[in-house]
Amino acid sequence: MNGRKQTVLAIVIALIALALPLVTPDYRAQIALLWVMVLFAMTWDILGGQTGYNSFGNVVFFGIGMYASAVVQRDSGLDYFLALFLGMGLGGLIAIVVAAIMGSLVLRMRGHYFAIATLGLGIAAAELAAGWEFIGAGSGMTTPLFPGDPGVQYLFFCYLFFGLAAVVFCLLAWLYRTRFGLALNAIRDNEDKAEAMGLKTGLYKTVAWMIAAFFLGITGGAVGNLLRFVDPRDTAFAGPTYGVWMVLMAILGGKGTLWGPVLGAVVFHVTQEVLWTHLLGWQRVALGLIIVGIVVFFPQGILGWARERWPERFGHKVEAS
Amino acid sequence: MLRRLVRACLAIVGLAVFAAGPANAKVEDDTIYLGAAISLTGKYAANGEHTQRGYDLAVKMINDAGGVTVDGKQYQLAVIYYDDESTPARGAQLAERLINQDGVDYMLGPYSSGLTEAMAPVTEQYGIPMIEANGASISLFQNGYKYLFAVLSTTEQYLASSVALAAELAEREGRDPSTLTLAGAFENDPFSQDIRAGVLADAEKYGITVVIDDQLPPELNDMAATLAKVKALKPDILVVSGHDKGASLAIRQIEEMRVDVPLLALTHCDSADIIGNFGAAAEYTLCSSQWAPTLSYSDDLFGSAGDFAVLFEETYGYAPPYQAAESAAAVQVFADAFERAGSFDKDAVRDAISATKMETFYGNIEFDETGRNIAKPMVLYQVQDGNYVVVAPTKWAAADVRFPTPPWAER
Amino acid sequence: MADNLALLFDAPLLIVQLLIDGILIGSIFAVAAYGMALVWGVMNVINIVQGEYVMLGGFIAFQLTLWGINPFLGVPVAAVILFLLGIGIYYGIIRRVVDKDMFISLLATFGLSILMQQLMNQIWGSQVRTAQSGLSTWFLFDYQVTVSQVKLVAFAGALLIGGLLILFLKRTRLGQAIRATAQNPRAARVLGIDTNKVFAATYGINAALCGAAGAFVVMAYSVHPYTGLPYTVRSFMIVVVAGLGNLPAVILAGLGLGAAETMAGFVLGVQFQVAFVFCLLVAILVFRNTMLGRKRRYLK
Repeated sequence: MNGRKQTVLAIVIALIALALPLVTPDYRAQIALLWVMVLFAMTWDILGGQTGYNSFGNVVFFGIGMYASAVVQRDSGLDYFLALFLGMGLGGLIAIVVAAIMGSLVLRMRGHYFAIATLGLGIAAAELAAGWEFIGAGSGMTTPLFPGDPGVQYLFFCYLFFGLAAVVFCLLAWLYRTRFGLALNAIRDNEDKAEAMGLKTGLYKTVAWMIAAFFLGITGGAVGNLLRFVDPRDTAFAGPTYGVWMVLMAILGGKGTLWGPVLGAVVFHVTQEVLWTHLLGWQRVALGLIIVGIVVFFPQGILGWARERWPERFGHKVEAS
Repeated sequence: MLRRLVRACLAIVGLAVFAAGPANAKVEDDTIYLGAAISLTGKYAANGEHTQRGYDLAVKMINDAGGVTVDGKQYQLAVIYYDDESTPARGAQLAERLINQDGVDYMLGPYSSGLTEAMAPVTEQYGIPMIEANGASISLFQNGYKYLFAVLSTTEQYLASSVALAAELAEREGRDPSTLTLAGAFENDPFSQDIRAGVLADAEKYGITVVIDDQLPPELNDMAATLAKVKALKPDILVVSGHDKGASLAIRQIEEMRVDVPLLALTHCDSADIIGNFGAAAEYTLCSSQWAPTLSYSDDLFGSAGDFAVLFEETYGYAPPYQAAESAAAVQVFADAFERAGSFDKDAVRDAISATKMETFYGNIEFDETGRNIAKPMVLYQVQDGNYVVVAPTKWAAADVRFPTPPWAER
Repeated sequence: MADNLALLFDAPLLIVQLLIDGILIGSIFAVAAYGMALVWGVMNVINIVQGEYVMLGGFIAFQLTLWGINPFLGVPVAAVILFLLGIGIYYGIIRRVVDKDMFISLLATFGLSILMQQLMNQIWGSQVRTAQSGLSTWFLFDYQVTVSQVKLVAFAGALLIGGLLILFLKRTRLGQAIRATAQNPRAARVLGIDTNKVFAATYGINAALCGAAGAFVVMAYSVHPYTGLPYTVRSFMIVVVAGLGNLPAVILAGLGLGAAETMAGFVLGVQFQVAFVFCLLVAILVFRNTMLGRKRRYLK
């Protein structure tokens, strides 16, 4: 598929995304969450897919954003929207700083050591937040009520998250074509060689993680208001749910691609909402089976599978055999 | 290719929109739908199940008795359940889903204060009345919510009576209550943290010194560190609040480490089944409870508190913990409010709930302006000879409290 | 925190108590860690479902007490059942991911762990379960220090299992095949070892070790469908510190971790005990990495 077709596709999707919440007002909250999921998968893929550094700890940035905006909204005394945007920005900035610090510590580890270290960071962040009185400790925080009708609120969040997702998507589409993107892929393919060729791999990895952290921090800042309740372990630093879903959605769609995470997030969220809620008690069994199924039989994801099935559609030349 | 995939995706989205169906009416034909997101999986699954069974039993009894009569017409009750997986994020999302997609206009509460705290802002914003039976945290009722009602007593009353009891017992022995010392271990979650606030406030009132104030993590499986401190500091009162897990762990390790403490007070004794699990080691433990089968309340539907216990045990095969009893009572309040409101208008129902004044097998129910039930006190059990015996307040006390707990060397 | 430290100075016997408790719980961590070291070393798989096997072993022993059977019998019974389950899971799932990227096997075993948590929840409910062993407690220093007998039995059991495992690996044909495969799977295959069978046996033994540990856990502490993860993380930490293929070091690291954790819970407050474990994990990994980095620089 060439660049022009992709642009057309992106515009079609954007138009549908803009119209959907107006057409189906009852599903606005779901649609808003759908874009959050898309953001999760896309930001995870910047490091996880493009450089092969599989992080279970990206949820730390999300939680930081959520708490930052909840604190600003509680203490600043500003107008709802002003406080919200200020909080989101602050969340993004703090997340960048934390990503830089964490990156300098753990990004030098390779493979599974990195994965486990980030898993540890995620859980440690949740436990520390649960012990900190200033941010409500184990009791969590309640975010202020949206000034206005709930219908308008969800419309607002639908478009907010869609806008964010669109910005991230365009940024990544551009970024992956630049030298920077090539450097990330070089790290994935062979980090030692990349280093030997003079790439400052540590710098590239850290910057990639900081980009992901910034957008996750912003997202988290707004999600706190969408859910209206910030809990250290279950909403902010929700490693076992959001933290793992990010990875799963990106792999499901096809990690290391631009469209894969988007596709994976849509399929994942829709499956979850259509099927699982009716399983009453068995949905985690289903989740476990899905994870095992995906990684055992489908490790390249939907796009990877499709590329193998119809290589010519992805611009690969195939010799007739 | 991509286009085809995207088309497939859009088809799925479309399917999702329609598979979830047109929003059910809140009242369809002759059935009134109540919505509930409860914990069937995750850390609260055991109590989530008690909650669901309480709801189901009350719905079944009400329907068998002819249902609810609203404006001259008979209606049956039904509950739409979802599983919130014991996480607030999911709970808030499901509340949203119940209201918007399933068109539910009346909600029953989830299990635990944390989940209720996550769902209450949603129901409040949509003006959906929610009667909850398992969110005891006092902070829920300090937000000015108008559509949230709780049939249970709030957290500050849970273990306050045990502190008062300790002070009273000390005075009876000729000791000044202000010479007492208290040790507390509270789980780090909204419910137990509120209990902690209540206990600390009460300790201050009597001038009791707090020597240990530990917070237990939810994943805790060893209390040795806290109990070692208790052993060294020898407080007069030990208070532990950590849902079922905290209760089990406390009893087991206090016995194992031979921690001598004159007065031990816990929450969630009966849902943790400390007598069944630990036998003699549970003796002398004081337990705060919302309800007891031996209380003298009764109503027309279930009969007396004892009748409810018998019916519940016949149906589900185990004695009802208070979580099941209060859940059943929440459904009764809804049924009563529908009949008095005489309409299905959300605000009319809300006003009817707010004006509730009824006696149930679970206790009297009457809400103050914040939505708390102020007509029913907590009771305090003590484990005596393998039974839960009510020892306070004096109105229902079946026996005198056994105090102090003898040291392990003499038990 | 300061008053907790002061308390330690006032009552030094507390340190003895905390150390004993910590070392005893550490021995159980060590048993699960033996298994993880084996699977990691031989198959190059990090088995995230470790903790769930421990919990399952505990639930099996608990189930036996429901039938009126002494929970100590649960140790061998759980080991046998878990061994068979482990072999089944190897042939069903692990076999397909064992030669793939390590992250794939990490995620696959993570999926398994969610699956098992939920199945245990459906079977035994989410109550906290304990089994009464019928043993009592010993007292030292005039009731100041208590040693629970069941924990001592668990400690002895952990050492015994470790010893048997070392003997097994050194003396038996299968044990030798396992060690050969750990050193070089391809060479082992050339020499006629059926590595597939070796992998199955290794994974089964790992599950059996966890099962035995779980039976001790349910007698000395408690089990719950959703509290497996801390055991996985602790096993992982112990293996990272001790290194692959060094069982005596695994025991030492296990005991040390148990003691450090209990002391930290006392001094920092219990609410930071879990945070401490995970911060320690990150710190160990960072430290290990800087040491490796220093070595690399030296080689350059």
